[in-house]
Amino acid sequence: MLRFFEKIGEVSLYYVNQAGRMGIFLFYSFISTFKPPYKIAPIIKQTYIIGTLSIFVILFTGAFTGMVLGLQGHNTLRKFGADGLLGSAVALSLIRELGPVLAALMVTGRAGSAICAEIGIMRISEQIDALDCMAIDPHKYIMVPKFVAGIIALPLLTSIFDVVGIFGGYLVGVGLLGANEGAYFSSIYKTVEFKDIYMGLVKSLCFGLLIVWICSAKGYFVHLERGAGFGAEGVSRVTTSAVVLSSVSILVFDFFLTSVLI
Amino acid sequence: MNGKPVIQLVDVEKSFGPQHVLRGTNLSISEGKTTVIVGGSGTGKSIIIKHILGLISPDRGKVLVYGKDINNIRKKELRGIRTNFGVLFQNSALFDSMTVFDNVALPLRERTKTPEKEIGDIVNEKLALMDIKGSNEKYPAQISGGMKKRVGLARALVLNPKIVFFDEPTTGLDVAKSNEIYRVFFRSQARLGYTAVIVSHDVPKIFKLADYVALLYNGVVQDYLTPEEFQLSDNPVIKDFVETTMGTLYSSKSMEGE
Repeated sequence: MLRFFEKIGEVSLYYVNQAGRMGIFLFYSFISTFKPPYKIAPIIKQTYIIGTLSIFVILFTGAFTGMVLGLQGHNTLRKFGADGLLGSAVALSLIRELGPVLAALMVTGRAGSAICAEIGIMRISEQIDALDCMAIDPHKYIMVPKFVAGIIALPLLTSIFDVVGIFGGYLVGVGLLGANEGAYFSSIYKTVEFKDIYMGLVKSLCFGLLIVWICSAKGYFVHLERGAGFGAEGVSRVTTSAVVLSSVSILVFDFFLTSVLI
Repeated sequence: MNGKPVIQLVDVEKSFGPQHVLRGTNLSISEGKTTVIVGGSGTGKSIIIKHILGLISPDRGKVLVYGKDINNIRKKELRGIRTNFGVLFQNSALFDSMTVFDNVALPLRERTKTPEKEIGDIVNEKLALMDIKGSNEKYPAQISGGMKKRVGLARALVLNPKIVFFDEPTTGLDVAKSNEIYRVFFRSQARLGYTAVIVSHDVPKIFKLADYVALLYNGVVQDYLTPEEFQLSDNPVIKDFVETTMGTLYSSKSMEGE
């Protein structure tokens, strides 16, 4: 029985520790962003890796999400004779919710896992220790470009996702199912307000930060991860857990952000 | 002991779970000298170096570098102390997504405002000192183990550090390659005059480079002696170590008296 309580204590302490570690990690990365030297080239490189290389996935998923919204929306709205509002339904669902969330989930799978694995490998092969010993701040050198890139890339990717999704909805709703073309775009024009776009962009910005934070901190602390094992196995497990945690956090944060921004 | 101590470990204790690795380790390393830390595998030699580098903090005791307790100073101050360090890691710890040239150039690019052209000259000079030519554009995965160590050494020395740490510089290399590492070490130290701390298994060869030898046994530094004194020591642990690793090369005075 005592052993049981010991175990609970041990696990709780571990998670409190981990939360503290990750908080301090974010704090240092934030502070380091404002410390000179300011280098643009690493930020551009990371924006390319996180953003540009994710474009294809975003285009693909954005188009199909819009298409399925068009399909479902048209069928549902037609029952009420409201298929003229199809454009509005597709655009608002994409801009306010699906765009930021799905784009973030896609980026987590594509770039978040890569960030975690890269930093995890740097940790286990002592490259981060080497940076520390060379008096080069790993937060400034490795994390800051990724954080800035995440914050730049996610809103842009989300915007692409939204636009492609709206055209996907148009393709199915108007092109295939025969909804009115003019009504599709005019309903978007009438119902989408700046507040909706603002909400989507704020969400995507927060998700960008969240993905880079969780994935890089998980990789950075791979050696302290409970039950992750060592070496390549440790990195692979920690990468999986980083992707899972990021995805779950995106959905949880989405709820809280929506309740604040709505 | 000649030279003032630049690094001091005072009663350092460290455990990893149930494993009590350092049990009150005391060590004082003299400036400008080469100190070799020897001992069996898994006795905590590399742990001593990691303590000095500030990568691990002791459970008890102090680690003083230039008189400052590195576990009780601000991060910025620790970084300041680390600007004096050069480290050759056991596995070289080269940045595997960067070329040989970029690896060596990194400290110059990140820590100084040296123009790129000058960086090129300095890096090429350091690589030449390590007998590496024509591999500037290769990646660490494309070069041999011995070359990796030499690139690691070039990177460690590129900012002319005052203290250089070598964690098993020749482990895993054949005799010719390890001799080569010793040669470049000897050449670079003669030129740059840094304090060297070497963790090594390569006894007795490493004794030729050492000014002082420290034996770590059972979590405690047994003694800090010149190689000659070390081989003649009456300390039973040191005597036993000398005999197992190199046979009885010298007969100690006490033995002669017997």
